[in-house]
Amino acid sequence: MSRDPNSSKRNIIEARNVFKSFGDLEVLKDVSLDIAKQETMVIVGPSGSGKSTLIRCFNLLEGIQSGEIRFEGNIIKNIDKDAWKRREEIGMVFQNFELFGHLTVLDNITLAPIVVKGLDKKDAQQKGMALLEKVKIPEKATAFPIELSGGQQQRVAIARSLAMEPKLMLYDEPTSALDPEMVKGVLEVIQQLSQEGMTSVVVTHEMGFARNVADRMVFMDHGRIQENSTADKFFNGQVSDRTRVFLDQILIH
Amino acid sequence: MDALTLIIDYLFSEMYLRAAGMTLLLTVVAMFFGMLAGLVIAVIQETGNKQLNYIVTTYIWFFRGTPALFQIIFIYNVLPEFGINLSSFMSGALALALHEGAYVSEIMRAGLQSVGKGQRNAARSVGMKEWQVMRHIILPQAIRVIIPPIGNQFIGMLKLSALVSVVAVEELLLVANQAASSNFLYLEALTAAGIYYLVFTTIFMYIQGHIEHWANGGYRPKTLVENAPDTKLIGRTEAR
Ligand SMILES: Nc1ncnc2c1ncn2[C@@H]1O[C@H](COP(=O)(O)OP(=O)(O)O)[C@@H](O)[C@H]1O
Ligand SMILES: [Mg+2]
Repeated sequence: MSRDPNSSKRNIIEARNVFKSFGDLEVLKDVSLDIAKQETMVIVGPSGSGKSTLIRCFNLLEGIQSGEIRFEGNIIKNIDKDAWKRREEIGMVFQNFELFGHLTVLDNITLAPIVVKGLDKKDAQQKGMALLEKVKIPEKATAFPIELSGGQQQRVAIARSLAMEPKLMLYDEPTSALDPEMVKGVLEVIQQLSQEGMTSVVVTHEMGFARNVADRMVFMDHGRIQENSTADKFFNGQVSDRTRVFLDQILIH
Repeated sequence: MDALTLIIDYLFSEMYLRAAGMTLLLTVVAMFFGMLAGLVIAVIQETGNKQLNYIVTTYIWFFRGTPALFQIIFIYNVLPEFGINLSSFMSGALALALHEGAYVSEIMRAGLQSVGKGQRNAARSVGMKEWQVMRHIILPQAIRVIIPPIGNQFIGMLKLSALVSVVAVEELLLVANQAASSNFLYLEALTAAGIYYLVFTTIFMYIQGHIEHWANGGYRPKTLVENAPDTKLIGRTEAR
């Protein structure tokens, strides 16, 4: 596939013909995908279709076997000792929050700015408190993760990523591990960030939320991108039969 | 002289004080190098370099598969044949440290593994380098899991150190034995040594409690307790 030299001005991520396997298991098969700056992309697809793996390749938590992924025009391919430079610029939120258990909420947020960016502790804390305001739990600054509800932990996890001032946020099923009453608060934060212009990739099954925030919808199945269209088209039903079958399944649930 | 007076005399005699100091020194030196060896082994096992792993596995196999007493006698008597001449203290401490390393590695490994992939990846995702992940995320949490069983190992080592009396290191048991065989008053000589051992183990337990409290910052998240490995399984008692 040829590459338009100006495309990287428009796109923050450009993936071309990406193949990825774990041993004999091919997980990503010929995946090509652009993520435009300031765009919010929602990725849906059945469990095991490769959604997590794909977005983990974007921030080099996984390497790929062939193809290329560019971040702001620069090729990222293998996990090497400079991988941290890429990860520093890309935030990631995990299904199970993964807060650091030995640190308070505020320390969870300030650790990376201090040790990775060399920020002064006072400045980091000030910024951390502002982020806690943003995710609406400033009163929990001195609490430990174990003392928070799942929804609160996930909002702290978002603040922890934001503290590095990422250019791209990746969310891997951010509400799948939450009790139903916690989901809304977390989605509101993600939506607010998206509306403020944060480039976002969200793997989720929350179709109502997707309809609200997505500029672009991607449907993955068996390691391939089966559908990649604007949200308007997608939600107007202009999708392939295969995508429709999947959507009917998750919308029934 | 009645028994009690003799015991007290022994307790404060220069001979016993030196011997007690020797026992403590052996314990601390052997534990220090044993823990170092154990940590190195655990990190090698975690990072999974094949050749190094093979060496480490052989090491563990040997030092867990033979009695500590055998290892002490072996190192003291066999190394000189290869031109390596160590004092009896050095041989004893080396044997104890190597022996300890083979067991402590398991504790260290359980500690490192208590911090799951999820948190490690979260730390990487915010830009931390591998050593920063180890330093800021893994070690501080691993240490809470490691300290309680390490405390037990210290107490175990204090007792194990008596074995080096066979290579004539002048520690508590050897000195007590010598004192007793000079006058056949075994009760008094051994009681004095026993008191030293009990005082030391009591002090170790006390210190262990304090360090544990400090490592937890006075606060112990519940998940860490639930995820803590079963220290009984990796304790030394049944293995010897
Ligand atoms: N680290 C791994 N090692 C081996 N197989 C993996 C690993 N991670 C994911 N897989 C496999 O890759 C496939 C895709 O997984 P994943 O990307 O997590 O899918 P999804 O997020 O869409 O559910 C699954 O079959 C999964 O079992
Ligand atoms: Mg997934």
